[in-house]
Amino acid sequence: MRRGLAIAAALLLLALPWLLHAVLPANQAGFWTGNILGRALVFGIIAMSLTFLATYGGFVSLAQMMIAGVAGYALAIFVEGAVPRIVGGAGYALAIPLGVLAATLMGLLVGAIAVRTRDIYLLMITLAVSMGVFRFVETNITWFNGYEGIRNVVGPSLLGLDFRNPWVFYHVTLGTAVLLFAGVMYLVRSPFGLVLQGIRDNPRRVSALGYNVALHRIAAFGVAGFIAGCGGVLATIYNIGISPGTIGLGATVNVLIMAVIGGLGHPVGAFLGSLIFTVFDTFAATIYDRDRFNTLIGLVFLVIVLASPDGVLGVGARLRRLLGRRAADK
Amino acid sequence: MGANDRMELAATIVLNGLTLAALYFIVASGFSLIFGLMRVVNMAHGTLYLVAGYVGYAVFEPLYDQDLWWAWYAGLAAGVLAAAVFGALLQQVLLGWMQGQELRQALVTIGISIIAADQILAIYGGNPRQFFAPDAIFGSTQVPLVGGYPTFRLVQIGVAVAVGVGLWLLLNRTRLGMMIRAGVDDREMLGACGVNVPLVGVAVFALGAALCGLGGVIGSTAQPLAMGQDGRFLLISLVVVIVGGMGSVTGTAVGAILVGLAEQLGQAMFPTYSVVLTFVMMVAVLALRPQGILGRA
Repeated sequence: MRRGLAIAAALLLLALPWLLHAVLPANQAGFWTGNILGRALVFGIIAMSLTFLATYGGFVSLAQMMIAGVAGYALAIFVEGAVPRIVGGAGYALAIPLGVLAATLMGLLVGAIAVRTRDIYLLMITLAVSMGVFRFVETNITWFNGYEGIRNVVGPSLLGLDFRNPWVFYHVTLGTAVLLFAGVMYLVRSPFGLVLQGIRDNPRRVSALGYNVALHRIAAFGVAGFIAGCGGVLATIYNIGISPGTIGLGATVNVLIMAVIGGLGHPVGAFLGSLIFTVFDTFAATIYDRDRFNTLIGLVFLVIVLASPDGVLGVGARLRRLLGRRAADK
Repeated sequence: MGANDRMELAATIVLNGLTLAALYFIVASGFSLIFGLMRVVNMAHGTLYLVAGYVGYAVFEPLYDQDLWWAWYAGLAAGVLAAAVFGALLQQVLLGWMQGQELRQALVTIGISIIAADQILAIYGGNPRQFFAPDAIFGSTQVPLVGGYPTFRLVQIGVAVAVGVGLWLLLNRTRLGMMIRAGVDDREMLGACGVNVPLVGVAVFALGAALCGLGGVIGSTAQPLAMGQDGRFLLISLVVVIVGGMGSVTGTAVGAILVGLAEQLGQAMFPTYSVVLTFVMMVAVLALRPQGILGRA
C-alpha cells in the first residue's frame, strides 16, 4: 500500500505542471513550475542530505549547503562558457560529474574532520568548517572570483530541450530527486544502512560487533555529500551561476530550517520543509512584509521547534494518533 | 627593509594579534561559560553582540552629541545590561524548561538569532555605526619596539585581562563559583544539596551574555558595528572554544590568543589564504585533541 502511495505521488508530481497549466494563466503556471516547485525540489535535495544524516546517523550537519556549494563551484570552474573563465574547457557532460565528485570528496573530508564528535559538538564543528570554506571562497579571487562569484552557468540542453525552460528544469529536478530518494530508501535497508542506524543508537555496541564505526560514519557523510552535490549542481544551474552568498551563514541556516520544519524523522520531510519554506519566501510580501521574511520564517521555525520538534511530519503523526484514539473511543 | 624595521613590523603584528585576541576572549568567554555549565550551545551569542552594540549606541549617541564625557561609559553600561537581560530572558522563557535537550536548545537559539537580527535591522537600519572612545582612552601611546599605538586597543587588552582574572576569581573563590563548578560536574546532586539550580542557570546565562555585551560595545568602538557581525562573532566563539577547550576559562584564553595571532600573521604573510590558517589549526586540534587544547576529556 505504501508503495502504491509513493507511485501515485510520483505520478501526480510528474503531471503537476500540466495540471497547473490547466488552472493558472500560462506565465503563472511557468513561475509555479520553475520558481516554486522546481526550486523547492532543488533545495529539498540539499535538505535531504541533512535529513539522511540526521535520521539514520543522528548527525545534524550544518556543512551540507557548503558541500552543495562545492559542487556548484567545481561545475562553474570547469564548464565552458562560465564568466569569468577560471579553468573552462569542459562540457556539461564532464563538468557536472566533476562537481558531484568534488562534493562527495568534500563530504568525506567533513565526515573525517567530525568523526570523533557527536551531537552539538558535531553541529558546531560542521558549522565552523563550512563558514571557513565560505570565508575562503569569498576572499579568494584566483579560483572563486571572490565576492562576485562565477556567472553564466546556463545549463546544458537535453535532446534539443533547453534547460532554461521551466518544464524541462522541473522534470530533470524531479527525476533526480526521485532517484536520490529511492536510493536513500534502498540504502537504509542495506547492511550499510543498518549498521549506520546501529551507530546512531549505540556506537559502542556496533563497534563491539566488529564494525568499523569511524569508516561507516565517514562513508555516510560521503553519501550525503553526493546527494548535496546533485542538489548543488541543480541549484547553480537554477541561479545561472554561484556566489559566496549561496553558502553563507544565512543559506546554511535556511537548509537547516527546511529540514527541521519538514521533520527530521523521514527523508520526505526535507521536501515538505523546502516547499513550505519556498512558498513562504515567495509570498512573504502578501503575508507580512517582504523585507521581514526572516522574522516570519524565524517565527515559523521557532514555533515548530517549540511545539513539534519532529516537524510537520510529527504534526501529521500526532493528528493521526489523536483521530485514531477518537475512532477507538466511539 | 632593515633588521630594525622587520623587528618593528613583527612586534606590531604580534600586538595587533593580541588586541584582536583580547576582544575574541571577552566575547568567547561568555559562550564558553554558558556552555560549560548549561551545556547550551548558544547560537544566538552573536546576536547578543549586536543587541549590546545597537542598544548601547542608542544611549551613547544623544549623550555624545551633548559632549558629555561619560557618554561612552553610559553606552557601555546600557549595552551590557541589555545583553544580560536578553540572555536571562532567553534562558528563563525558552531554554530552561528543555534542559538536557541540547540539540533542541541549539535550534531554539538559531530561531531567536534569525528573528532578533531581522528585527534589529528593521529598527536600526543597515547603516554601520561606531562608538567614539572617551578622551581618556583615545589617541595613541608609545609602546617599546612598536612606536605609537592606539591607546584604546591597549585598553582592550587590559579589559580582557581583567575579565579573565575576574572570571577566575569568581569561579574559584566565591560561593556562586563553587555552585557553578559543582553544576558542571553534577547538576542533580547540586539540586539535591538545596541549591536553586535554575536560578544559578539564569545567573550564568546573564553573566555570559553580559560578557558578550561588553565585547559588543568594546568591539564596536574598535571597529564599525554592522549587520553580519553576529555571524562573525558566533563563528569566532565557536572556533575559539573548539580550539581552546569547552568550558574552561584558561582554554578560552589560549584559544583566543591562537586564533587572534593566526589571523594577524596570516593576513600579513599570505593575505588571500589567511582564513585557511585558522581553520587548519582548528582541524589539527580536532584530529589530535578532540576536546580542545585545555578541555577535559
